[in-house]
Amino acid sequence: MSSSVTSPAEFYLDEGGDGPPRLVLTGPYLVSTIGFVDRELRKIDVELDEIDLSGVTEIDTVGAWTASQLAEKHSAKVVGASSRAERLIKALGESADSSTVRAPREGVMMRVPRAVGEGVANFGAGVLTLLSFLGEVIAGFGSIIRHPRRFRRKAFVHQLERVGVTSLGIIGLMSFLIGIVVAQQGAVQLQQFGAEIYTINLTGRLTLRELGVLMTAIMVAGRSGSAFAAQIGTMKLTEEVDAMRTIGISPIEALVIPRIMAAVLMMPLLGFYAACMGIIGGAFIASISLDIPFLTFLSRIQEVVPMYDLYVGMVKAPVFGLIVAIAGCYQGMQVSGNSEQVGLRTTKAVVQAIFMVIVLDAFFAVFFTQIGWA
Amino acid sequence: MSDEEEPRTLRRHERFKGDFPIVVEGLVNRFGSQTVHENLDLKVRNGEILGVVGGSGTGKSVLMRSIIGLQRPNEGNIDVFGRSITEAETDEDIRARNRWGVLFQGGALFSTLTVGENVQVPIKQFYPEISEQLLNEIARYKVVLSGLPEDAVDKYPSELSGGMRKRAGLARALAIDPELLFLDEPTAGLDPIGADKFDRLTRELQQTLGLTVFLITHDLDTLYAICDRVAVLADKRVIAVGTIPELLATDHPWIQEYFNGARGRAAQGSMAKSSEKSAARADNMMDNAPSSRA
Repeated sequence: MSSSVTSPAEFYLDEGGDGPPRLVLTGPYLVSTIGFVDRELRKIDVELDEIDLSGVTEIDTVGAWTASQLAEKHSAKVVGASSRAERLIKALGESADSSTVRAPREGVMMRVPRAVGEGVANFGAGVLTLLSFLGEVIAGFGSIIRHPRRFRRKAFVHQLERVGVTSLGIIGLMSFLIGIVVAQQGAVQLQQFGAEIYTINLTGRLTLRELGVLMTAIMVAGRSGSAFAAQIGTMKLTEEVDAMRTIGISPIEALVIPRIMAAVLMMPLLGFYAACMGIIGGAFIASISLDIPFLTFLSRIQEVVPMYDLYVGMVKAPVFGLIVAIAGCYQGMQVSGNSEQVGLRTTKAVVQAIFMVIVLDAFFAVFFTQIGWA
Repeated sequence: MSDEEEPRTLRRHERFKGDFPIVVEGLVNRFGSQTVHENLDLKVRNGEILGVVGGSGTGKSVLMRSIIGLQRPNEGNIDVFGRSITEAETDEDIRARNRWGVLFQGGALFSTLTVGENVQVPIKQFYPEISEQLLNEIARYKVVLSGLPEDAVDKYPSELSGGMRKRAGLARALAIDPELLFLDEPTAGLDPIGADKFDRLTRELQQTLGLTVFLITHDLDTLYAICDRVAVLADKRVIAVGTIPELLATDHPWIQEYFNGARGRAAQGSMAKSSEKSAARADNMMDNAPSSRA
């Protein structure tokens, strides 16, 4: 590299002649060198007559911009510019001030009340859009009942597989382990009264009534609810949903209803399966550490668990499935704008679904106790 | 000041003075069993607009991705500014990265940043010492230079139309005053007027800023209007490079079909008619740049 290239961008004030001084720029004025002199150049506040560029070895648009801004600020003339420099200065014209390029942002005093207000308004609007979404879903069900041929059997079966079959492994393992934990921890406490035989009651009733269905709902929310939101959301972004509408396919009928029905149908089956796996887990740990034989544990279950415990679980399961599916599909349909929204809405779908499931579970617990299924 | 001199001299680079800023030799790209490029050679001349054409699936984008180091080729060598990209260590790689700008097909703007912030990203990446004030000024004039209204600078990409997004992508590609500009189908999806404006803008910027442009396109009008030479990709390599008349003189069936098809003829005809106009156009180059200066 020659010495003229390695030297940095520099400037000095030439006060030789009479009248205001000239500003002489030397060296390369490029985006890679300007950062070191820009601040000092801005500090110059004396009156200038001319800006001399004849010592500038190389220039790009940033250099040209700096020179023309200086010239404008001091109402000075640019002299000694190379043809390239002149062309660049002419091309840039007078485009801008230095005000920020961020999206406009207000001060804290305005932002906080605004955020609160928007939060309230959005909540209200959210309730309305959710209601209208539910209305659309119900209307969609109505039209499918009237025109059964419009029901998407293929999509429905596909969703049954995605929601149900492919989650058997993870739900089975999870419930088996939960059965082990409940039986083992229960046994430790009950042994203090010499009542470890009641471990069977504890495990059987708890998994069938509560844990089987509840944990399954949480797992389905994480696995399938998030998938619903992300799939539908991405389809909204790529305008597939709009494309469907224009062809005359209702996205509610094609996308939402198969998913809701699959979740509603699969949840009781998965919940029952989870309860069974939980009981097997309990029987497994009981045969190892409590000396209750495996088959004895299973046959005792029939005697100590009332039938209505199963009913309680099976009544709750489809409701939970409905909530998970509606949260996923609703949030998916709300996606608009950019890809960030998909992630945001997916998170929301899962959090809302799990929260609603747990709230409803508390209501169910009180309700079933009141009607005597305690 | 002497302590500051070190970083300054380290990061300086001379403008490329050689004849061929991009030299591709013996390039081979395979995806599984499918060979996209087989012994592909291509030289891009300094200061030209090279149009790259080829049927769908002939690997135009793969070629571009290989040159800018996003796709490591199976064999062959690619020199950019006289330095090998294919053998480059990461550090070496970065040296060429601050000398080129890339416009991806969909614009590839960062969706969570405004247009102006998008333009600032490469500048901040390579030259962190530049002050906030100058950064904002640079972002604004680049946005205007790319033919966007100035108020687009604090808008998010999702608030812009497709054509405006392309221009914003161009503004980001030009952010660090590159010597080399890669454009991947810049006029695809634009209306004819928008495409024509974009072509003219590309030409004007190339002449004003002294750029070398690597332009992938399907648009015959673009080829006729602004490309100095055209490279034709077919049969897994570059079968011909040259001006359009030179290409027409070859007898490769694909080239003949491409340029002499109905669309090719139409573009040819309209070009002949506007050739006088384009001569005049070259004189007042930056006409559609900001005209607010009275």
